[in-house]
Amino acid sequence: MTKSRLTDILYPAVFGIGVLILWQLIVKGFGVPAVLLPAPSDIWNKLIASLPILWVDFIQTVLRAVIPGWIIGSLSGFLAALLCDRIPFLQRGLLPLGNLVAALPIVGVAPILVMWFGFDWPSKAAMVVVMTFFPMLINAVAGLQASGHLERDLMRSYGASWWQTLVKLRLPAAMPFIFNALKINSTLAMIGAIVAEFFGTPIVGMGFRISTEVGRLGLDMVWAEIVVAAITGSAFYGLLVFLERRVTFWHPSYRR
Amino acid sequence: MSAAPAIAATPVPREKGNAFPVTVVCLGILLAWYLAAIPMNWVITGPKIEAAGGGLSNILAFSWNDARPVIPAPHQIAQELWKSVFTFAPWMPKSLIYHGWITLSSTLLGFVLGSLLGVVLAIAIVHVTFLAKSLMPWIIASQTIPILAIAPMVIVVLGSIGFTGLVPKSLISMYLCFFPVTIGMVKGLTSPETTQLDLMRTYHASTSQVLWKLRFPSSVPFLFTSLKVAVAIALTGAIVGELPTGAIAGIGARLLQGSYYGQTVQIWAALFMGSFLAAALVWLVGVAERFTLKRMGVKP
Repeated sequence: MTKSRLTDILYPAVFGIGVLILWQLIVKGFGVPAVLLPAPSDIWNKLIASLPILWVDFIQTVLRAVIPGWIIGSLSGFLAALLCDRIPFLQRGLLPLGNLVAALPIVGVAPILVMWFGFDWPSKAAMVVVMTFFPMLINAVAGLQASGHLERDLMRSYGASWWQTLVKLRLPAAMPFIFNALKINSTLAMIGAIVAEFFGTPIVGMGFRISTEVGRLGLDMVWAEIVVAAITGSAFYGLLVFLERRVTFWHPSYRR
Repeated sequence: MSAAPAIAATPVPREKGNAFPVTVVCLGILLAWYLAAIPMNWVITGPKIEAAGGGLSNILAFSWNDARPVIPAPHQIAQELWKSVFTFAPWMPKSLIYHGWITLSSTLLGFVLGSLLGVVLAIAIVHVTFLAKSLMPWIIASQTIPILAIAPMVIVVLGSIGFTGLVPKSLISMYLCFFPVTIGMVKGLTSPETTQLDLMRTYHASTSQVLWKLRFPSSVPFLFTSLKVAVAIALTGAIVGELPTGAIAGIGARLLQGSYYGQTVQIWAALFMGSFLAAALVWLVGVAERFTLKRMGVKP
């Protein structure tokens, strides 16, 4: 097992490093102008040189907009799902709409939210809330229906109340769905916050930096910002995968 | 990597008789919207209402009909949509049809390219073990990056080497929508059971025969589920692709212009146009799905 685990890491690592080396060789070998595609080494140098700026942008975008928005949006989506679960009429009315809204280009509300909540981080957090609400609603409603009839009948024969059934049976059964939504939302939250910054922002933030540096053709800085975004996004996602394994250890996909 | 992000991977079962609850919820939303418009627009309309002498009729008249409201009333959006869709010729830059078409054309091009890329990648991943091990983790990791953040760069870079207009935007749509297709198709192409694969083996079927006669047909339901996600995401990509470049045409450009000039009603109208497009595209894929599955003899 340890051997297969090693190859699981080794193959993608070799592939990734190969791509990086190829990228470096092509850019340097053919003299591709830095305006088109900077070499990995240039990006790395820029990244190291501008760590303070990147850190300030990180605080503005990730810590102030992405994380609070993600928490509020996911939590309110979950509460709405609970409400739908208690009131079947609401579920039949709201769920088709939720499914529709999930397919819509929600990023389009960014300019409206910037007008409502101002240029600073509250409008970005609001954007994240709007984007993360519906995936959580849909997934949590599906998850709350995931427990089987037999199990629910058993809880009933124990004389368990709605709350007891929820906490002891249906919430644990819904966890894979909820984590699925949390993972989708982690990506959506980053996108929402960065895109909302295209519509107006104080002079700080990852989306702001990307759009201004593109305007000045400082592509190495843009790539440095993308590296930060990629590391943040992957770490966020990885943390959720780790938590999911701890919480839903019973799920068939994690059994060995 | 069993925990690939399944973006709405489970098809929602079609339920009958939701029309009444949906209508009630929609009416509730409309009512809440009209009511919310009064306090939200108060910053702008409050002084005017007081100048006109107050009273309920003045409050309603001013709150729901301001030219630059904080939140326009639904009928204002409907009027703006009507005006910009039907009163201008479709090729005029004032017409929303014109902008919708610009966005739609790059969406469709990106969607077709992205879906093809997704299917090809999935076929390669299913057949070449090395690719499955080396490429798949990167494909999944590529989605934890906020790809839309790269959108402005891609457009500027391509613009600087002479590609402008349709192609750069479609490339963004393509990049966004290959992922759900690849994930769905890998799942679909590996969905035949061992007994079925064994049967093909006893027939001495070649790899391509197994692919076309067994793997591909059994992946069709997965394909359509991912195509629905992909087409919605492709539209989002095209709209965002129009944002940062100062594009002059397209739904995204309308949003940006609206936010520069404070034309709230125009933003909302563009937003609704984008939503109609998204709903229509997803619906069309659904129609194609039902038609194809019927032709393949799948019972509904």
